Amino acid sequence: MSSVDTERTITVTVNGVPREATVPVRRLLSDALRHDLGLTGTHVGCEHGVCGACTVMVDGEPMRSCLLLAVQVDGASVTTVEGLAADDGTLHPVQEAFRECHALQCGFCTPGFLVTIAAGLDKRDSSAELTEEEVDDMVGGNLCRCTGYANIKKAVHYAAAAMKDGA
Amino acid sequence: MTTKLFGEPVRRREDARLIVGKGRYLDDIGHTALAAAFVRSPHAHARIVDIDVEGALDVEGLVAIYTYEDLTGPMAEPLPVLIPHPQLHAPRTGYALANGEVNHVGEPVVMVVATDRYVAEDICDRIVVTYEELPVVVGVDAAREAAAAVHAEIPDNVAARHHQQTADVPAALASSPRTLSFTQYIERSACTPMEGKGVHAKWDADDRSLRVYTSTQASTSVRAAIAAKLELSLDTVEVIAPDVGGGFGVKIVHPWPEELLVPLAAIALGQEVKWAEDRREHFISSAHERQQRQEITVGYDDEGRITALDVHIWHDNGAYTPYGIIVPIVTATQLVGPYVIPAYRVIVESVYTNTVIVTPYRGAGRPQGCYAMERTMDRIADDLGLDRALVRERNLIQPSQFPYDHHLTFQDGRPVIYDSGDFPGLLDKLRALVGWSEADRLRDEAASRGRLLGVGMALYVEGTGPGPYEGGHVQVLGSGKVLVSTGLTSQGQGHETAFAQIVASELGVPIEDIEVTTGDTRRFAYAVGTFASRAAVMSGNAIALAARGVKEKALRIAADVLEADPSDLEISEGVVQVKGTPGASIPLSTVAVLSNPLRYAFDEAAKQATQFARPGSDDKPPVAVGDAPGLEHRDYYSPIRSTFASGAHAAIVEIDPATWEIDVVKYAVVHDCGNVVNPMIVEGQVHGGVAQGVGGALYERMAYDKDGQLQNASFMDFLMPYASEVPDIDIDHQQTPSPLNPLGIKGAGEAGVIPGTAAIASAIEDAVGRRIAAMPISPTELYDLMRDDSSERTATAQRREAGAMA
Repeated sequence: MSSVDTERTITVTVNGVPREATVPVRRLLSDALRHDLGLTGTHVGCEHGVCGACTVMVDGEPMRSCLLLAVQVDGASVTTVEGLAADDGTLHPVQEAFRECHALQCGFCTPGFLVTIAAGLDKRDSSAELTEEEVDDMVGGNLCRCTGYANIKKAVHYAAAAMKDGA
Repeated sequence: MTTKLFGEPVRRREDARLIVGKGRYLDDIGHTALAAAFVRSPHAHARIVDIDVEGALDVEGLVAIYTYEDLTGPMAEPLPVLIPHPQLHAPRTGYALANGEVNHVGEPVVMVVATDRYVAEDICDRIVVTYEELPVVVGVDAAREAAAAVHAEIPDNVAARHHQQTADVPAALASSPRTLSFTQYIERSACTPMEGKGVHAKWDADDRSLRVYTSTQASTSVRAAIAAKLELSLDTVEVIAPDVGGGFGVKIVHPWPEELLVPLAAIALGQEVKWAEDRREHFISSAHERQQRQEITVGYDDEGRITALDVHIWHDNGAYTPYGIIVPIVTATQLVGPYVIPAYRVIVESVYTNTVIVTPYRGAGRPQGCYAMERTMDRIADDLGLDRALVRERNLIQPSQFPYDHHLTFQDGRPVIYDSGDFPGLLDKLRALVGWSEADRLRDEAASRGRLLGVGMALYVEGTGPGPYEGGHVQVLGSGKVLVSTGLTSQGQGHETAFAQIVASELGVPIEDIEVTTGDTRRFAYAVGTFASRAAVMSGNAIALAARGVKEKALRIAADVLEADPSDLEISEGVVQVKGTPGASIPLSTVAVLSNPLRYAFDEAAKQATQFARPGSDDKPPVAVGDAPGLEHRDYYSPIRSTFASGAHAAIVEIDPATWEIDVVKYAVVHDCGNVVNPMIVEGQVHGGVAQGVGGALYERMAYDKDGQLQNASFMDFLMPYASEVPDIDIDHQQTPSPLNPLGIKGAGEAGVIPGTAAIASAIEDAVGRRIAAMPISPTELYDLMRDDSSERTATAQRREAGAMA
């Protein structure tokens, strides 16, 4: 087979920056981000969509980049953990909260949690009181082997409180 | 005063990079490296008849294929038995690539190196290995029965028969007022860190030197293994553990085949080579732990005091024994827990099966030992109709009995002598924390909601911080920066923070000036590793001693400059000053410059130091005999024996008698690890350990079928707890400082996982009134137990029923 059949050039806005990459059509988005674009903050924990470490936002929605082909996001906007902080380096409230609440140990699952929770917090009305159901929803789909989740849940509350104060 | 940070919940320094995606894990390194992938055995036990690579040779991107035939010298020999033991009479290890026979699904047979991982896996698919299948042994009972042998020359499948005895147990049992016997099982689980293993190797052909990054818990030992196996001089090999995405024990094993094969390929090919383990590989070719059959006989009196304990354990060690019999020894010696056992005999038969090797997983044999001892306590209480906490209380070692000698030999070859603790204190705190006396009221209240409620508890003592040693190096630079290094590695325990806290407190410098490096053989070449809850105890104390050495030298130099006695000086906020005389001071950074008589004025610090420099005496050398240039010190901590931490957990479960779903509604932890460097980090360790304990009790098991195929080798099927499965945890602390080390600390890393299975089994048994003798237990298994009329009912349940009918 020629490369015409097996490769595609895609254009993706990654963390606000238009990027172009020529990738094999079978390339996973997680691998394209990590190995073609050098954004190694997105981690790969299972490659079958269960652990959530590879979660990125695609057009604002959290998605598992190990279950997407890179060619599927052609034309889309992708946000990785590297893009959560503001341009001036100000951390997203959930990043600040993870540090403050000791919500990470080895840090390998952390990018997936941060992106998922950030997506959840960003789309909610920050002036509303955060419910336990919302917290469970935001943290319930990702695996962490170190923390036992208690401090991750605490961090979601901490971040929501900070966003409420800042709203 | 910001420098006295020992004991404070200092926020972690490593988080700054990890929360913005700037961590550097193994697969983040070497994006231009060639990729390795492996053909692994699909059979649990087979002879390799033929390996045909013909169909793979024309795949574009192929660089090299390796089989056993390509291995020479030490690489062609079996992998090492890391920890031999006289009672390990039939040790066996595999080869880096299978040599004619495979003994578990997942054993590496062929290594492929290609331009990228996708291509490497394509090539693996095209390599045809022909096998002749052999009979398969799965599980301890099959290994015991020995209808087939894993290794033909070991027909009984027994690798080791570990035996310890403290008195004449048969005689003690014969004279015991009461005895009872039972058999119980515990299943396999595994560490499953979120990051699998991985290796990156780069050979510098001009310098003839090798740099290896590996996701390991023991970089110095990997270095030694690579040098020996690849016949390289140790000084040409450097090994670095980058950010490691969790370990929990599996990464202490070394050398993994890939840790040798990837460097071998990098040298042969003259190119960077990398292998990052995928999740299926981790399930079938790393390590598991926990499966045991436990046969227990206990003698006791009418008050529930134990008179004798006789334990015979069958321990599944998988296909090979690279890590010796550490896990069986730990089970055998930690089983006795916080109790006085007047006569104890334990035999652990470690048996081969055609399954993944068994090496330490957080707890390393302790959860099984705790399960044996604590379930024994429950049986005694049930037999006598006594409160389970009371029976435990009557058997506890008292605070006045320390040091308490169990007359056993621990994993480190040293005696099991408990240095300190307060076990009655733990039990009292636990009863209060969980509301033990409220159990009957809670049971009735749950019953009114149609739920079955039960409470259970389990106590443990954990030998932590085994030797032989760890080292620390502390150096103050002229810039004021303080460099700290130790050889042991980090996998999320916050060592950069905890060790910086220790140095800040010992040396009197701001924590912001301190930089900590771990697990890098370029910085510290002698180390043992991060396992057995030993990092804070071992490297923490070594680093404290190194910091004290630096302080002593700094005060000596400063005393000379300030014309004061060293004992009149103190260091605070990085400044050496005469106590009570503000003004009379010198920055530690300047002392660092003065410590080196060669002072080229490269920077302001060196220029400023000249004002303090005093002409040396003409009749003495510039560097005194026995002294050295530089403000630095290296020291080692080598303990006489392990220090023993302890704790007590209790669980309250509610069970839905329609679905038999088991819900842990309350989990209480009382924890004693001596002096605490950072309570925030210790609590985090407890949280994570409890989550693994709950997983091991209710969800996680390695589901091998009779052919040795692992049926649940994915995160879809192996049920690791999500947030929804982990209960809220109430924690109370007790501190009995260790008298054995300068900082008075005991290890904390493994504690949280140890009593989970025992406490939850006890709570379920209390709730349903049927004997729970196999863990983990699923709702389906509980349902089967409940509808089986022949399943054993507890005496407690029968008494409750009789009471209800009366």
